[in-house]
Amino acid sequence: MIELLIYVFISMGLLFHVIGALALHRFFDPYTRLHGSTLCTTFGSIFLALAAIIYALQTGLFPIALHVFLAIVFLMVTNATGAHAIARGAYLHGIKPKRLAVDELAKVRK
Amino acid sequence: MESAYENRSASFILGFCVAVVIYLVLTAGSGTLFFWSLEELFLAIVSGIIAGLVTMVFLSKLAIEPSLKFFNPIRWFLFIIYIVGPFFFSMAKANIDVAYRVLTGKVKPGIVVIEPKLRSDFSIAMLANSITLTPGTLTVDAKDGKLFIHWLNVKSPKPKLSDVCSSFVSWIRRIAE
Repeated sequence: MIELLIYVFISMGLLFHVIGALALHRFFDPYTRLHGSTLCTTFGSIFLALAAIIYALQTGLFPIALHVFLAIVFLMVTNATGAHAIARGAYLHGIKPKRLAVDELAKVRK
Repeated sequence: MESAYENRSASFILGFCVAVVIYLVLTAGSGTLFFWSLEELFLAIVSGIIAGLVTMVFLSKLAIEPSLKFFNPIRWFLFIIYIVGPFFFSMAKANIDVAYRVLTGKVKPGIVVIEPKLRSDFSIAMLANSITLTPGTLTVDAKDGKLFIHWLNVKSPKPKLSDVCSSFVSWIRRIAE
């Protein structure tokens, strides 16, 4: 029963990782591609980490579960700041977002 | 944010505490003294001092004003409730929505501006990070308390706060102000 749960979580994580990779291929500028990478790091990694934690708790490896939890915390923090840094750097460098419906930032920055 | 605050002793204590806690979590289960062996406890303090010195020398200019109110355990409790409750729920919703948009290609990107009316830099940073971690919305820039957000599917050019970041603002006001 628990093994089935682990398999379900691993497949969910892999599914979201595949969709995130597909987003890198289908989308057309850095900003929309970053949404795809956020998909990977949030749901993809959370489900894979949940599977690892359940497996570690089931086999009695409590330190491993703690390590995986710590890894997911760091992944969340660095993904948020990293994605923001890439987007802001790209905008200030002059890479224009494509197919925009509205652009409020263009009125403020030059 | 342009303002910078320099506080060397606070930086040292912060770097020391973070390094010691992470070292102890990573080596938990190594011995019989609570959960650690004596050597690991000694090495935890050594690595904490090294990390504290590095933080003090290179990273002591803080972009956010340090404040004692972050030591309040009620705020930590609210923060944990916020992460596992409303934040995780809206992240799950956004994940499924973005996965659908990737597969079908129905996107309508745009950069919108929101004005959350938060007073402190810390709460604005926390809101910007929450928005970036939710797929479909991405903070591109912050200026004068306004956040410029790249939105994968623009519903209206002048969105309300609840459209972009469901109930984040009221929660963050409770946690960090």
